[in-house]
Amino acid sequence: MSQPFMFEKPIGMRDTLPAYYQTKRSVRDQMEEEIGSWGYLPIETPALEYYDTVGHASAILDQQLFKLLDQQGNTLVLRPDMTAPIARVAASSLKDHTFPLRLSYHTNVFRAQQREGGRPAEFEQMGVELVGDDTASADGEMIALMIDALKAAGLKDFQIAVGHIGYVNALLLDVVGNEERAGTLRRFLYEKNYVGFKHHVESLNLSSIDEKRLLGLLKLRGGSEKLNEAEELVYNGDAAKALDNLRQLWDVLEGYGVTDHIKLDFNLVMHMSYYTGVVFEGYGSRLGFPLSSGGRYDELLQKFNRPAQATGFGIRLDLLVEALGQTKQQPQQTCILFSKERRKEAIEEAKQQREQGKRVVLQDLQGVGNVDEWSEAFSEVISFIDNKKGDSNE
Amino acid sequence: MSEPLKVAMPKGRIFEEAIELLRQADFALPSEFDDSRKLIIEAPDANMRFILAKPMDVPTYVEHGVADIGVAGKDTMIEEERDVYEVLDLNISECYMAVAGLPGYEKTDINPKVASKYPNLATQYFKEQGEQVEIIKLNGSIEIAPLVGLADRIVDIVSSGQTLKENGLVELEKMVSITSRLIVNPVSYRMKDTRIDDMVERLARVVEEDDA
Repeated sequence: MSQPFMFEKPIGMRDTLPAYYQTKRSVRDQMEEEIGSWGYLPIETPALEYYDTVGHASAILDQQLFKLLDQQGNTLVLRPDMTAPIARVAASSLKDHTFPLRLSYHTNVFRAQQREGGRPAEFEQMGVELVGDDTASADGEMIALMIDALKAAGLKDFQIAVGHIGYVNALLLDVVGNEERAGTLRRFLYEKNYVGFKHHVESLNLSSIDEKRLLGLLKLRGGSEKLNEAEELVYNGDAAKALDNLRQLWDVLEGYGVTDHIKLDFNLVMHMSYYTGVVFEGYGSRLGFPLSSGGRYDELLQKFNRPAQATGFGIRLDLLVEALGQTKQQPQQTCILFSKERRKEAIEEAKQQREQGKRVVLQDLQGVGNVDEWSEAFSEVISFIDNKKGDSNE
Repeated sequence: MSEPLKVAMPKGRIFEEAIELLRQADFALPSEFDDSRKLIIEAPDANMRFILAKPMDVPTYVEHGVADIGVAGKDTMIEEERDVYEVLDLNISECYMAVAGLPGYEKTDINPKVASKYPNLATQYFKEQGEQVEIIKLNGSIEIAPLVGLADRIVDIVSSGQTLKENGLVELEKMVSITSRLIVNPVSYRMKDTRIDDMVERLARVVEEDDA
């Protein structure tokens, strides 16, 4: 590679300039307050983790991990998500803590560089994990809290798609008979390739009933009426159990009064193997990419030797800010310009104003080149300039 | 009235064929679009806006959500691997991908080279065949490559085979058949589900009738 220009950053890395910082911070504060009011306790974990522990357990694909070596030659990863680190903490430092455990985070996560713009390699994520609770109430709490957090951030027009990977797996397995063939079909759903799914189903030489069941899956997208349609496709216990789980979830969501924002989508497969139950994804009308996602991952904790059911969600702060579509105005600032003879007065004035809660920039006149241009950035300019020179505009 | 549904399409033949399908599905489109140089065409009666893009770029517009829907060849879908829903096989612009070369071509062990507009697709294909080749990316007129010795084979779209014949090339292997697909942005798929489902259903009916 040739020498980078001095202004260049590695691909996918972004600067956060003041206006954007302000916006991001206000969005984050509003959501954090909401999440805090639900009793979730914030934690932080290190940016570097072992590849063999967190890197391996994470839902993020291997090729998307940033890897590096420590001095002993261990492979490290920059944390690609927060779910795996939190699972590690829940299974170790917090292992004596009784379940359920409610934890929250906001932090930067890292994904290896992508080929083009719009895909940052480092971005801020905010989310929660609810560990050690397998009830539909817990699943419902995740979705309801995510909705409240998005609302608190100021997002108005949004939808959440809710699916159940247990239902998909049970239906596919029931029809095609073995895990390998089910996996092929699941991959088509994961890749959002419904045409490929249809073509593949037609090539399987299934009975017309079975073919109808599989193709029927693609139609299971909509309101609560889809629960009944989904029931017609299943003949086995696991699928019925998943469906029952979804019915309970719908009840919970009705209790929270959030079903206006919810659409069921039985085809939602966000990962090939990570999730085990309810899954969901959030979308805002102003951005083409999903803003948030989450789901139940009952098999992760056992990788850290403390088997437990768990569920959670994460919100992409960078995408959410884009979807909100407005930058926060910088707060008003006052400038006190002084000449060194009256510095003391100026400092006193600044102190008083700051005590009143104002934002005050204290600036020595001699340090400014173009006073007019400089002054433009402030809502108010107060001068403490030596009168003898007669250039005070007080 | 809600904002128009934004549809990205390649210019030219696919556009004509897709528009015809939409007309058959009773979308109120004008019988003719006059200014052929415009890149954005409004169809207010159907509440649609067409974005005319390069074929290979259609999935990009849809992935980023600046188009809700797109019509893209399966070739570009395989090549680009964009995160979009592929919801309907429109069965238009049928063709296939093929490996072609000069008549009497024999596989060589000396750094075999393949030229293509589809480097990802070609790489994937030869990997699956267990054959090690070097891919050379070209942007068009691929048939020249074997004639001038840039590569010994090419991977390209074949519809009638006429272009190959005119350049003295022969088809060596059929790879995969290609048709145009209706693709949908994942967010639009939820936020505008009623209109999109309606469109998919109406188009599906037309496509199935044509099949029968």
